[in-house]
Amino acid sequence: MFSSDGRRVIAAWIALSLVVTPLVVLLLGPSLPPGKASVQGSEQVFDNTWLMGITTPIVCLLVVFFAFTLARHRHAGGELVDGPPLRNDNQVQVLWIAITSVTVMFLAGFGTYELLQNGSGGGQGPNPIAVPNGSKLQVQVIGQQWQFTYRYPSYGGLETPQLVLPADTQIELHVTSLDVIHSFWAYELGIKADANPGVDNIAFLKTKGPGTFHVRCSELCGLWHGYMFDNGRVIPQSQFAAWVKQQQRDFAPIAKYLPAYAKTYYPDPQRRAG
Amino acid sequence: MTVARRLVGFNLLTACLLGIGGWYVGWFAAHGVVGPSLEYFGSVDFNELSIVMAYLCGVLGFLIGLGFLNYPFARLRGYPPSLREKETQGASRYFGLCTDHKVVGIQYLVGIGFFFFIGGLNAMLIRTELLRPDHQVWPAGTYLTIVGLHGTMMMGMMTSGILGPFGNYFIPILIGARRMAFPRIEALTFWLLMAGGVILETAIFFGGFPTGWTGYQPLGTQANPGIDCYYIFFALVGISMTLLGLNMIATIVTMRAPGLTWTRLPIFVWGVLSTSTLMVLAAPVLIATLSMAILDRTAQTNFFIPAQGGSTYLYENLFWVFGHPEVYVLALPGFAIVLEILPVFARKPLWGYRLAVGGLLGVSLLSFFVWQHHLFFSGINGDLRPFYMFSTELISIPTGFTFLCGMMTLWRGHIRYSVPMLFCLAWFFNFFIGGITGVFLSDTPSDVTTHGSFFSMAHFHYTIMGGLVFTFFAAIYYWVPKMTGLQLNERLAKIHFWTMFVSFNSTFGPLFAAGFMGQPRRVVTYAHGLHFINVWVSISAFVLGASMLLFLYNFVKSLVFDRVPAPADPWGSKSVEWQLPSPVPVQNFDRIPTFTGDPYGYGEAGAGPVAVPAGAPAGME
Amino acid sequence: MLIGLYVAKLSTDQGSPSYTVPVASKGGHPVVDLRIETVAAVGPSLSPGHPDWVSYLVRNAHGKWLRRTVWELPADATVHVTIYNFDSATGLRNPLYARPQGVDGNSFLLDGKPMVVINPDDTSHTFAIPAYGLVIPLSGVADDAKNQCGYAPCALSMAHRTIQFTFHTGKAGHFRWQCFVPCAAGWIDGFGGPMQTIGYMDGFIDVQ
Repeated sequence: MFSSDGRRVIAAWIALSLVVTPLVVLLLGPSLPPGKASVQGSEQVFDNTWLMGITTPIVCLLVVFFAFTLARHRHAGGELVDGPPLRNDNQVQVLWIAITSVTVMFLAGFGTYELLQNGSGGGQGPNPIAVPNGSKLQVQVIGQQWQFTYRYPSYGGLETPQLVLPADTQIELHVTSLDVIHSFWAYELGIKADANPGVDNIAFLKTKGPGTFHVRCSELCGLWHGYMFDNGRVIPQSQFAAWVKQQQRDFAPIAKYLPAYAKTYYPDPQRRAG
Repeated sequence: MTVARRLVGFNLLTACLLGIGGWYVGWFAAHGVVGPSLEYFGSVDFNELSIVMAYLCGVLGFLIGLGFLNYPFARLRGYPPSLREKETQGASRYFGLCTDHKVVGIQYLVGIGFFFFIGGLNAMLIRTELLRPDHQVWPAGTYLTIVGLHGTMMMGMMTSGILGPFGNYFIPILIGARRMAFPRIEALTFWLLMAGGVILETAIFFGGFPTGWTGYQPLGTQANPGIDCYYIFFALVGISMTLLGLNMIATIVTMRAPGLTWTRLPIFVWGVLSTSTLMVLAAPVLIATLSMAILDRTAQTNFFIPAQGGSTYLYENLFWVFGHPEVYVLALPGFAIVLEILPVFARKPLWGYRLAVGGLLGVSLLSFFVWQHHLFFSGINGDLRPFYMFSTELISIPTGFTFLCGMMTLWRGHIRYSVPMLFCLAWFFNFFIGGITGVFLSDTPSDVTTHGSFFSMAHFHYTIMGGLVFTFFAAIYYWVPKMTGLQLNERLAKIHFWTMFVSFNSTFGPLFAAGFMGQPRRVVTYAHGLHFINVWVSISAFVLGASMLLFLYNFVKSLVFDRVPAPADPWGSKSVEWQLPSPVPVQNFDRIPTFTGDPYGYGEAGAGPVAVPAGAPAGME
Repeated sequence: MLIGLYVAKLSTDQGSPSYTVPVASKGGHPVVDLRIETVAAVGPSLSPGHPDWVSYLVRNAHGKWLRRTVWELPADATVHVTIYNFDSATGLRNPLYARPQGVDGNSFLLDGKPMVVINPDDTSHTFAIPAYGLVIPLSGVADDAKNQCGYAPCALSMAHRTIQFTFHTGKAGHFRWQCFVPCAAGWIDGFGGPMQTIGYMDGFIDVQ
């Protein structure tokens, strides 16, 4: 089926892939985003490593093929000479279609499997289908122009502008917005959920050890979109209760004015103000 | 005819005057009718309805000034039908309504090129801002407007980037016809786009718009009046796209010369056909969506305002139902150009013709079933995500067909590295990187990091700019000798290619890393750790801009000053357009030819010219 | 030339020139007195394009009110801020911002009286520097108060509330400040127009 040139290319491709793919996976794998600060983050690193491993041989094929053909099948100069009138080769077509289809099926299946474990840290809307087992700490993320604030319903609806989470805990994030569309992106934790007004977007997170993480808005929301970021912290569980108490003291004066905790809010003014 | 006499009449000058006049008519009419009665207008010191009506009346005045209503009125008064306007000689026909498809093609080339450079200027301004995270070169609100202007201008103009200039010029020739099916509509699509481009840039006089090219609501409803310019521009683009696609489909389906069966059609024509199908089906959704958004702003409707019963999802889904086929409208002509040019410079037939056509049609079909991959984390129903992940990854299969056909066409060929071929080879490199990174974006867990980040931005620049814009230049270098009869300087062209290719990769390659490291899109500032990458990218972007200026210099110098004549067939192509003289005469063919095969008969014994007879010495119709 | 005009237009659109706040020094430590006022309508002389927009103004050393919202402050300084609010209340969208934070004592003086919270519905504007965690709600002038200010600049003889607080700058940097009250009448959610334009209800503090 393949000419001798063709066999050379295939052999070179297989050899290159066998060498490069493990290198890429082992060397690049650990530095793939987002990091291992949470279970979801670790799963995404695993996923990305696999994707890297599958795409590397494809890259190698194209590199080898083009290096070979661009060098070897050059026009030698002088009069224009036509090449052989090859219009088709059914076997090559079938082989290509088969291999690409299998790869795509595998990628789709693998991604689906990863996704259905616990949502992989992405927002799943008000009726999530990939729900991890066990009790979960409820934390609400409120996006508004141009800051995120956070409410803890299990602590009396406490609202603070800083996100602090206990380590080694299952957390159910409810992301919503008061005005326009924002997107809550906790980079190191591997969480991204859009904050839509009137929508309760749920994402699941399991924190691991203590550390800091960056929160950024990743949906254009107006003038200060680029400045809508802050730093969050994961602290040991023993310190979390103390932190909550301190926040409740700090924000005690405003507690009576806060609206009751709800999944979505429609605060005034909604239309034209003034 | 004196100059003064020539200036009076239905031409561009009249059009501009009537356009400005129309603008004021609309403005004051809306003020008079609506202004006093809606008190909230007073507190925001602008009258929303006035602005929209002003621009709409301005566009109408512009089109009337060009003479688009002349023929309909003439028919109403009983004049017989006529397919071509009185086509004057000389340069003035390029500045008005001309029904010669070749003139429209050249108008498109210059017009789109002009707005492409403006969009590119905006890109340079964006990168200037991102040189330093802590310093504002442009005020933050203006920066968002610049980002929006760049994206919107490019998306609006480059959707017709290949179909406009080269589709209009060459489709009739490639199918053996003398004209397009609807010549006046063809001219209309061009002038709508030009009016729209000017309107978009005037957004800076109305406070700009903060939404980027996607125009998400309710941020759009909250914006300054500049967003009305965005809505009207995009609506005009949508109308232009729909009409352009319609025209192409009608022409290709009904006006093919004898002997040109579907299996002998050049692959470029198949590409135009599949792109046109996407345009016709997707653009109307855009027009509807933008109309709803304008109503939200002017008529206090609540389509997209949740607290009043609307839904932000409505906008997001409607927009991306258009938006995703839109990006394939951008990508497919690139495929078609590459597959058309590769056989010429490898001197082999196009390998796997049916597979290539299948790939184009497969991409077109699947492009309607993937749009929710832009919305993976918006809170859509979780059941949908595996399906859209699957359908998005499935699109890589027909895309792979294009790669296979291209690669096997090169295999065992006699490859010449002329400038059009260089751009096509660069397409393989760029679109492949774009496609592979698309795998990371389509995989939902991986998308948690990459969605809305610079990774996604680098991906689509690699596919759109690395794909479409590179093939745009390939088509220019390939076909301008036929369109003008003049050569472009090859040395400058090669310098253009290499600087563009290297600086393009240097600009967008590192942005994958920036995205991986957490830089979101459309931000005016970023984490300090990413400073070096952003400086590197900005400097590369300036070099990329410089390479475009070099192209402009070559284009103007070769075509205006040097004027070296080009032979009728400089590339040795077997396609029918190269059997005609350069530039192609007004009636295209002396006699309508009969096609005997496809244009890829390289190396095949006994293959004669693809069409007989063609290109006899030019006579009158 | 056209490109030059275009770029020039963009550089000056929607921005604000910078204002350097004069620095006193107490025992080697920089101390700054920053006086700003918020007005309901900025007036045609200070803003010919948008005379009815709400705005912040800063007072320079000669007592003149400037419509500049980019303020240069020294690093590691103590900043005493006095805000005169001439605008009536609109109410907060998120009541959390009625609790002062990021300032000395987490409290402020309202017309001389120390406050740790105000009624969110009485809020007319806020002054907030999110990067510093600084939020101060500004109480509004009563709707039936006499002698309310029309167009800026507003004299202190007109109806107003005085808010005073102190905060500290740290290292050099470029930090944004904004208002959190949806006070832009006529825009969706009250957050368009002046609420999204530097030079009105948004700005920067440039810590040098």
